Amino acid sequence: MAPRFFRHGPSLLTRLVFFVMLSLVLMAVDARLKYLAEIRQTLSVLVYPLQKLANVPKTLYDGVSEFFFSGHLAEENANLKQQHLLDRGKLQQLRALETENAQLRKLLEAAQRVETKAVMAEILRVPHDPFNRKVMLDKGSQSGIQPGQVVVDDIGVVGQITRDYPWASEVTLITDKDHSVPVQVVRNGLRSVVSGTGKDGALELRYLAVNTDIQEGDTLVTSGIDGVYPPGLPVAVVSKIERNSTYVFARVTCIPVAGVGHNRQLLILSMQTPVTEIPVEAIELKPESRKR
Amino acid sequence: MAFADHPRQEILLPVKRSFIALTFIVALVLNLIPLQNVALAAWPDFIALALLYWCISQPQRIGISIAFGMGLLMDIGDASTFGQHALAYSIIAFVALVLHRRLSNFGPMKQAPQIGLILIAGQFIILLTGLLDGSHFPGWDFFLASVSGTLLWPFLSSMLRIPQKPRSDTDAR
Repeated sequence: MAPRFFRHGPSLLTRLVFFVMLSLVLMAVDARLKYLAEIRQTLSVLVYPLQKLANVPKTLYDGVSEFFFSGHLAEENANLKQQHLLDRGKLQQLRALETENAQLRKLLEAAQRVETKAVMAEILRVPHDPFNRKVMLDKGSQSGIQPGQVVVDDIGVVGQITRDYPWASEVTLITDKDHSVPVQVVRNGLRSVVSGTGKDGALELRYLAVNTDIQEGDTLVTSGIDGVYPPGLPVAVVSKIERNSTYVFARVTCIPVAGVGHNRQLLILSMQTPVTEIPVEAIELKPESRKR
Repeated sequence: MAFADHPRQEILLPVKRSFIALTFIVALVLNLIPLQNVALAAWPDFIALALLYWCISQPQRIGISIAFGMGLLMDIGDASTFGQHALAYSIIAFVALVLHRRLSNFGPMKQAPQIGLILIAGQFIILLTGLLDGSHFPGWDFFLASVSGTLLWPFLSSMLRIPQKPRSDTDAR
């Protein structure tokens, strides 16, 4: 057996080619197929403690600055109390409306609106990756987070959970280039799909005809048709419309309502009931079965 | 004199395996620190720097396979496409391994610009994979990380050398 010094194994170039091919295959598999979730989860267990450790300076800084700026607390508390009173008043009305709505829906035999449950999560980290608009949250599958759940802040939709790790989850923001949300214009009920552009603070409505009735300042809310986003959550406001008659489609640019990218805490919504049921009207019912 | 700027050849102690591992863990933590805006763009890639340092000074022990593994961990931390950093790190490790004899002839200050070029090449590979995936060009401040990495190189490489310095103060010279 040759001494260690003389053993070299495969040449450097061979090793390079091997690892380059391996990473190309990994990239292709990760982008197109979804086989790598388990490997990712296993490796994330290794990375997670380091992520927590890397967060320590920020947590310390927050603690220290809270300690020094606690003078604002009294003022903030007073404001919050006032807000709380106002909100309570509104909540009373909302409850009344909710029961009324439920009754009316029962009268009309319409499907119940979906109830949602919310879990509060904190942003663990904004990845240093200019190609994707994603954030990591500090709640994962151990807290019942699943891919597909919707993430909102206090104003509107922020994004959607796309990957879950045991103690963390990955949110794709609505500004990500591969992300779309089915929306509806509040003013006239026009349905469309708003897509991210990959840039911060910009969304676009694609494939709207030049003569579509849409105006600057229109608010877009989720339509709930996809069964992923609960209906009625504010998503974006139309900021700019370019109608060029040489093109088939108008260029509609929107600004997200929610503070996508400058929040610390976010809410993860989970739907209580699956919405993707076949509507009753779609099934041919016999008269006797309808009576039941 | 031809060798006037040649660094004084020190005979260093062998590097402990645990020290190399520790530097990689520290580099990963530094890469994962949450930052915002300009600081985020200008934050150097510490894993790339650590890889380059060890590939140049310990080419027998640190190679492409470790670069690939660190790349995978970084892909997890960055939530990027699996294999993106692995590809870039493998290639810069290869370049460093090919050039390690040449690079170790220079002092840390003179190594810095060459390291800068390797760092830019690594970032360019990441940019290329991102663009092929259909992203927008993220803007030129994307390359700020290489600039800051270059500026940090002399400091880092002399710091990583400290534990290997022979304790010669008791020896008579």
